[in-house]
Amino acid sequence: MSVTVLYQAHPPHLSAAVAEGEDLWVPTSELPAASGWELRPEGVCRGEVCVPIPRDRQGEFLREGPARFNLAALARLLGQPVIHEDAHGVWSFGESAAQRTSTPSLQAPDFALPDLDSHVHRLADYRGRKVFLVFWASW
Amino acid sequence: MWQALHEELAGQGFTCIAIALDSGGPAKTEQWIRAARPTYPCLIDERHLTAELYGIVNVPMGVWIDETGRIVRPAETAATSDAFRRHLDRTTKQMSADGLAERERVRAAYLSALRDWAARGPASAYALSEEQARQRLPVPSEEHARAAASFRLGQYLSARGHGQTAGPYLADARRLHPESWSYRRQTWELEEPGKAGSAEFWAAVDALGDRPYYPPARFPR
Repeated sequence: MSVTVLYQAHPPHLSAAVAEGEDLWVPTSELPAASGWELRPEGVCRGEVCVPIPRDRQGEFLREGPARFNLAALARLLGQPVIHEDAHGVWSFGESAAQRTSTPSLQAPDFALPDLDSHVHRLADYRGRKVFLVFWASW
Repeated sequence: MWQALHEELAGQGFTCIAIALDSGGPAKTEQWIRAARPTYPCLIDERHLTAELYGIVNVPMGVWIDETGRIVRPAETAATSDAFRRHLDRTTKQMSADGLAERERVRAAYLSALRDWAARGPASAYALSEEQARQRLPVPSEEHARAAASFRLGQYLSARGHGQTAGPYLADARRLHPESWSYRRQTWELEEPGKAGSAEFWAAVDALGDRPYYPPARFPR
């Protein structure tokens, strides 16, 4: 059975992951698409940030050689909330403790969202202008 | 109202970007967007991702971002007030004259602040210093992060027709982030169309007592 991974702002990713209790074994090749992380010799990395895999806990993170990676173990290490619904196989990963508690940055976080014509706009496209973001809803 | 403001100030290097925090997507938002005949971007955020990024807990709220991408006013109530709590007839949905006057006063003050910033940039009294802006940035708690993960799970299930299964996750989002009226109203609406404006909503508003539903934007006097 496949698993849908909802990793923070990443688009939902349909994965050949195997869920076992509180562990989620994702094919390592799928990591970047599912979560933005990738496995490197120095650890598991996203952009500039690398998290070394604790030496005495390798088995909790990697199996079948390095072919599968336990995304839930990484979440435990980083203090990320993980919520899963097993009947439909959906796993949702929240923001890590470090992401929440680091010195708040005034740099406006970028986003990419569609308009009615499915044209995607990024905040960064409007650099050089004063931007007034106004949030509304139909509900 | 944002279209008129955008048109007025676009020549000063200013743009509105509207974001609909709306899991109903284009089906729910299209009629409102088309009616505004906007020349500024009107974006749709079905998963409420930007609410989490910017700490948006109700609508309408606004964030001001300067030319370099720095936040000069973090999330705050945009151009509205709690007038509806005192002056709206809940049956007829009509606002009294006093309510309309209060609403207009708050709206005019917000628009005039935006105009001042568009014209004067960092010299505007409404552009916060880095220190002030930093102090006002919302800081998400562990419960808020869990609420967001739960909301995304519930919203995903709901969008795929698994409303029953989604229910407890949507309820968890409300429970873990009770300050978020966006979660409350969106999740109610997902559970049952119309529930966001139902007796349940009004009971929750009344339960606020002296606390604001829309905390006023804090402008210099």
